[in-house]
Amino acid sequence: MPFLWILIALIIIASVAFVLGRQRAVQSAGGDSRKLHSLPGFYGWNTAIGAMVPSIAILAGWMIAQPIIVNMSIAPMITSVEASDSATLGLVLSNVTNVSEGLDAAIAAGAITDNEVAALNAETDNIKGLLSQVGKVVGSDITPEILDAARASRNMNATGTLFKTIVVLAAAIAGGAFALTKIRPDLWARNQVESFVRYVLITAASIAILTTIGIVLSLIFNTVKFFGMYSATDFFFGLNWLPRFQGESDLGILPLMWGTVYISIIALLVAVPIGLFAAIYLSEYASKGVRAVAKPALEVLAGIPTIVYGLFALLTVGPLLKSAFGDGGVLGVQWMGSADAAMTAGLVMGIMLIPFVSSLSDDIINAVPQAMRDGSYGLGATKSETIKQVVLPAALPGIVGAVLLAASRAIGETMIVVLGAGAAAQLSLNPFDAMTTVTTRIVAQLTGDTDFASATALVAFALGMTLFVVTLGLNILALYIVRKYREQYE
Amino acid sequence: MTDASANNSASGKSSLLVQDARTRNRNAVEARFKWYGITAIAIGCAFLILLVTAIAFNGSRAFRQTFVTVPVTLDAAAIEAAEASMMKTSQYRKMIEAALLTEVSEANIETDMDAGKLGDMLSSSAPAQMRDFVLANPDRIGDTVSFDFLTSSRVDGYLKGRVTRESLANDKNLDAAHLDLVDQMRDIGMVEKRFNIDFIIGSDASEERPEQAGMGVSILGSLFMMFVVLFLSLPIGVAASIYLEEFAPKSRWTDLIEVNISNLAAVPSIVFGILGVAVFIQIGHLPKSAPLVGGLVLTLMTLPTIIISTRAALKAVPPSIREAALGVGASKMQSVFHHVLPLAMPGILTGTIIGLAQALGETAPLLLIGMVGFIATNYPTGPIDGFLSPNSAMPAQIYEWAKRADPAYYERAWGGIIILLVFLLAMNVIAVILRRRFERRW
Repeated sequence: MPFLWILIALIIIASVAFVLGRQRAVQSAGGDSRKLHSLPGFYGWNTAIGAMVPSIAILAGWMIAQPIIVNMSIAPMITSVEASDSATLGLVLSNVTNVSEGLDAAIAAGAITDNEVAALNAETDNIKGLLSQVGKVVGSDITPEILDAARASRNMNATGTLFKTIVVLAAAIAGGAFALTKIRPDLWARNQVESFVRYVLITAASIAILTTIGIVLSLIFNTVKFFGMYSATDFFFGLNWLPRFQGESDLGILPLMWGTVYISIIALLVAVPIGLFAAIYLSEYASKGVRAVAKPALEVLAGIPTIVYGLFALLTVGPLLKSAFGDGGVLGVQWMGSADAAMTAGLVMGIMLIPFVSSLSDDIINAVPQAMRDGSYGLGATKSETIKQVVLPAALPGIVGAVLLAASRAIGETMIVVLGAGAAAQLSLNPFDAMTTVTTRIVAQLTGDTDFASATALVAFALGMTLFVVTLGLNILALYIVRKYREQYE
Repeated sequence: MTDASANNSASGKSSLLVQDARTRNRNAVEARFKWYGITAIAIGCAFLILLVTAIAFNGSRAFRQTFVTVPVTLDAAAIEAAEASMMKTSQYRKMIEAALLTEVSEANIETDMDAGKLGDMLSSSAPAQMRDFVLANPDRIGDTVSFDFLTSSRVDGYLKGRVTRESLANDKNLDAAHLDLVDQMRDIGMVEKRFNIDFIIGSDASEERPEQAGMGVSILGSLFMMFVVLFLSLPIGVAASIYLEEFAPKSRWTDLIEVNISNLAAVPSIVFGILGVAVFIQIGHLPKSAPLVGGLVLTLMTLPTIIISTRAALKAVPPSIREAALGVGASKMQSVFHHVLPLAMPGILTGTIIGLAQALGETAPLLLIGMVGFIATNYPTGPIDGFLSPNSAMPAQIYEWAKRADPAYYERAWGGIIILLVFLLAMNVIAVILRRRFERRW
């Protein structure tokens, strides 16, 4: 691992720089550290930062640039592919990279020597077999052209890595030495170190923004690519969902949206009444003892991973519902064809959302000022009348916000619907029919071997984009409502 | 005056001690309303109990597995012949089957099955188990060694009540006659269920051998992912929170970051999976299915949780601490790193552990970056291999088992959930203890 060694070397250089910087600072003050502007350690840190920052920046830049430059310079060697056909060229180039990495691995494992690599003949030697010995599987045939390109890329990479090591280590030493020469007793070392730390903190805080930008860009980029292959109107208004890998797919989002909304509504019909009444009871009626037991018990439901709920839907709730509503069931109706159904997923998702609704509503009901309740009691209202006519109306915006947040959770939930809702994309009204959702189709289209080139794989990004926009909209709306309401009583 | 008092004075018979119809009605509504609340909580708790019972009832079976004890004579000539042949395990299989037949007839159990048919009750992992033993202990060749072989999942299912004679009617591997034999063998103690440590530390097995599948490799996969999450999200999360809480000026940029973080916390986890596919695999060319990629995706997902709890912990440190530090000449940076941060540490760690627990149970993003759909049989050979070579993770392994056709895998999926929940429980208990032990009220 040469990369690891470079890092270790950098750390050693930085530590040396720290010690030297510290010493030099104390020396420059004639051994009396009181004459220094900052504590001696800060001079050491300052020198170490001087050694690390430029070298790590160069290292990062080099590691991004090297593969690109290597690929650009070996691309002309691939004569069998038209230069304009960038997709095929990319495939061949990734093959070349694979082969050259495989050769490296084979040399490292001792299966072959450097000289033997130079003498390899793609037509006569079994290179594929050699590479698979060291665990590198190459998909397509290795032509002489690819082998030559792989050799060239190996050579270039070896030279590149050598120069990288030299340049990076030289930069570290030069940076450290430069920082060392600047040390004087009146250098504001602490302020320099602290402003550096401040930049590190700002960078960390910006990662949240970068993540969002990453999500948005990766969704937009691939969605645009998808709409280049498939018409947007057909996607948003199509009534059929029939992906075929050979092409000619029907990729209409409406049946998926229907399933998503249907299952979410079932889930909310379960979660909202139970959660809301539980919250009312816990905040208005329950004694301290009951609250201490019941509140954590409900919140345990929120800490259980969704895969557990998914399995619960698939193996417990589904068969249970089928034995009641299915063929030959207790109720004698034949509404349910299979255990996978919108009802199964919706019911279990509702259970998962109960603590979500109850704890949010609990907070909101508790935030209603006691004076409003006292006023109502003073007029002779009973407790339930107070709740219904004073507390709930006052808390209503917050509760609506909580329900919207729960709805956004339900729409984005994946595991329960993947395991419990089935895979049939249909516009059915029967809650006991199998339905499918946006999230399950994202999983189905992106699992397995994907090349990100066909419409059937790229549609997942368009679905993800829709999902992201819808949940983000619901969240922003919910947070807006909750915030607006909080201001009223504070 | 109200209508009510007017009515009362008109009838003239009203008493404070007797409830009139309207009061009764109002009290009834009151009682009913209270009952709605109790019912709601009861339903919630009932769901919890149902869930826990389902897990405990179905999952506990996975920890016990049926073994059959067969003494096999390690005949030197036969082993040599087996090692020289192309199909090594099938030769070993013949030895085991012969030993099983002898053992059955010596126990006075009558059967008209030949050795091969009788051997169908054994797991197909038995020959490999014997071969591994022989290769590891060449000095035992010639002895008679008593092996505990796994039985096939059908036999195991029969002893656990999952497989019945009727359900075997269409089974090509096993028939009812086998089960009659199993009954007799169980009576003499040759076949018994016992605790199966391989379910916890073993590796996954192919579709036909559910009796051999274990969680071990996927537990390691999860562990490697959690390392990535911990070592990235803790420093980044703490640094981001310190900036936002202690240094950030009130500007549009900080507002934007704050809104962003609260929105990221509510983005569906599958969207993070899409991000992982697009950025780390499509653009970054990192290896698919690797715990490193899983860890990176889960880091991005956990960061908002950690930032929110860290900020709460920093906020809880009273300003007097900061002012005292500034007062004796510390810089702002020194006051934060020397005083505020150590005091907020218990709260930060609690939040981090809870964030990690969330990440440990998350499945959807792992499906997208390809941690399912293969059989995780190889233990990582070292730390680098552990981060970079394809592996599964606990929730992904459970999903994988739930998707397989053989119902014997359902039992293992439930068992896997017990292991996952034990990890989550342990993490939450640690978080609660940390909070109890170090929490300071100012």
